[in-house]
Amino acid sequence: MQKRSQALASQQRRQLIKGSAAAVGLSSIGLPGISLAQNNPIRIGMPTILSGRVAMLGEASRNAAIMGVEMFNAAGGLNGRPVELIIRDSKGRPDEAARIARELVNSDGCEMILDAEASSGAFGVHEVARDLGFLVIHTCSETSALTADPKMRIPNAFRAARQGVHDAIVGGDYAGRVAKEQGLNRWMSVSPDYSYGLDTTAEFFEYLQYFNKDVEVVNSVWPKLFQADYSEPITRLLQGKPQAIYSCLWGGDLTSFIDQASIYGLMNGRQFFGVNMADYAVLTAINSVPPNIHSGNRYLKSIPKTKANADWCDAYVAKFNTMPLNWSWQNAVGIDFMLQAIKQTNGTDTKKMSEALAGMTIDSPFGTDGKITMRESDHTIIDYAIAWGDLKPQEPYMPNPYMGNWDTVLRLEQEWMKNKGYIS
Amino acid sequence: MDSEALLECVTSMSCLVTQTSTGLIVGSLLFLVATGLTLIFGVLGIVNFAHGSLYMLGAYIALSAFRLTDSFIIATAAGALGVGLFSLFFERFFMRRVYGADVLMQLLVCYAFILILDDAVKIIWGSEFQSMGMPAFFQEPPVFLAGGVVPVFYIYLIGIAAAMAVGLWVLLNKTKIGKIVRAAAVNPSMTSALGLNTSLIFAGVFAFGGALAGLAGALAAPVRSMSPGMGFSILIESFIVTVIGGMGSVSGALVGALIIGLIRSFGSIGFPYFIEGVMFITMAAILVLKPSGLMGKETR
Repeated sequence: MQKRSQALASQQRRQLIKGSAAAVGLSSIGLPGISLAQNNPIRIGMPTILSGRVAMLGEASRNAAIMGVEMFNAAGGLNGRPVELIIRDSKGRPDEAARIARELVNSDGCEMILDAEASSGAFGVHEVARDLGFLVIHTCSETSALTADPKMRIPNAFRAARQGVHDAIVGGDYAGRVAKEQGLNRWMSVSPDYSYGLDTTAEFFEYLQYFNKDVEVVNSVWPKLFQADYSEPITRLLQGKPQAIYSCLWGGDLTSFIDQASIYGLMNGRQFFGVNMADYAVLTAINSVPPNIHSGNRYLKSIPKTKANADWCDAYVAKFNTMPLNWSWQNAVGIDFMLQAIKQTNGTDTKKMSEALAGMTIDSPFGTDGKITMRESDHTIIDYAIAWGDLKPQEPYMPNPYMGNWDTVLRLEQEWMKNKGYIS
Repeated sequence: MDSEALLECVTSMSCLVTQTSTGLIVGSLLFLVATGLTLIFGVLGIVNFAHGSLYMLGAYIALSAFRLTDSFIIATAAGALGVGLFSLFFERFFMRRVYGADVLMQLLVCYAFILILDDAVKIIWGSEFQSMGMPAFFQEPPVFLAGGVVPVFYIYLIGIAAAMAVGLWVLLNKTKIGKIVRAAAVNPSMTSALGLNTSLIFAGVFAFGGALAGLAGALAAPVRSMSPGMGFSILIESFIVTVIGGMGSVSGALVGALIIGLIRSFGSIGFPYFIEGVMFITMAAILVLKPSGLMGKETR
């Protein structure tokens, strides 16, 4: 009896093994194999800054990208294939950003990169993309040269972020008008002492003086990035007695500067033009926005004043319980372009996607007219909403925005590119 | 170098007052942080590389206390006491175990705590930068002295730092506690042999040094935005101050902090692109001329 039951058990075991082997064999050559491939996710790598003093910028980028991907997957993905974001922390180090980008493609199976790095990291990732040939969309670098300089250009790299020169043209136009109205001829600046601060300030004054010939820049002060105490730059500004001050300080540095400048009375009787003020991170950190402050829009729910933008902002807040930032909308645009190219080419082939992206126009809540175009000539976005205006202490923080005119921006940008030797 | 602007400033009373007061402001907070650092080094013989994180913790605790009570005095006290208690925990459970160890081991423990505290701040208060805002009591127009501008809040801040400097001098030089602490610093074995609990003294000094960093963080909270990792920059300057003043010397920390404050302040007029260079050159020059620092004791 015992022998018989042992034989039966042995037979069942053999049957089970045979059955399993047959199932594995079938799946490797037959129908189930196709089903597995279809469900294989499309992996998009995303290096960004998730630790250190500017971690909130990386988190804002990640949130926006996650929103875009979830919407794409909820709509069925690419013929049932979902998209998976693989997000890595570069700690804000350019070498680490480049290393991570390489690892995401070589080891983690990512087929393309959404590069949410600041300029220093973006240039590193760009070179890795040149080397390995994967598709990359830079979503945070505002340094114009990244796409404007023909030496930098590669067919598989794009930028879905505002550009310094675009902001400078609209800012110069707006500030020039305000300066004329209020007779603000004596200007100073306080901007961070690194390439972004130096370049952005120079470009702003170039266009300010283009639009208003009476403006005189009497001096500039350059605090260090992440400087804690602004007493000495503030007293330097007080000594210079300017009528207006320009600044491209950003984030916590800008908040500290405003707090400290207020107790010195620096803003009394002066106009302050801070390009990075109108971002929720700054506006909510400062308890009360002082008077006489003008800013460019980084991200505001009311600019552009459309239902699509307000709905996107509400959805973001509902999901993450925090307000979106400048890096959020840029990453939302970046992932939208990427997903649209996947859909349009019905796959992830870098060459086909790159060809599709060049010149592509998408519907976007952040476009001046509800659309944003990836310009074919230099792979960078245009027609996104740029505005400047004076700020109020509560929503809508910029009730009367001066919207940038893209015809003017494009015309002056062409001249700028000629002067730089980027085009002939 | 803009020597003409510097000369113009030092010969103008308004500029002189503004820049000197600015130097005192910068120096005041630096003094509070550096004095804790130097006190811990002087008594315990260890370099607390996590001191900047204690400054950060003080600022965040003060922020929460201010939001709860709307009182800046309570917020300041909470920042100092909270960090003092945390430092006690840090010393008892971690630093105590590496007193005799290699400096690399001490560095490792401190660095681990820097990372842990940065992440803890991110989890508790969020990664976005935050600002306390100026308490209503200090929202007054700045005071004009001989044409120079001095904000009201900074007068308060300088006053607190000056009171702490005097209080510390009295505590260390004129009280029994001070005598015990100095004895433990010079010869802990002999102090222990005399029946004093040196372990407790070490813990107390570490907690007090930490509380000073917490106090500095709390005092800075209304004017400096807070974010994880904010303690790093002040730690570097505090090291410069302690090296200039002399490791272990509280009076040296005061002198060093004022020197750095004044270099920063007048440097912004005379050599705005080379302020940090001058700070480091000053430190190097003092190290060459007097390796123990301006007020440090020579060791053989």
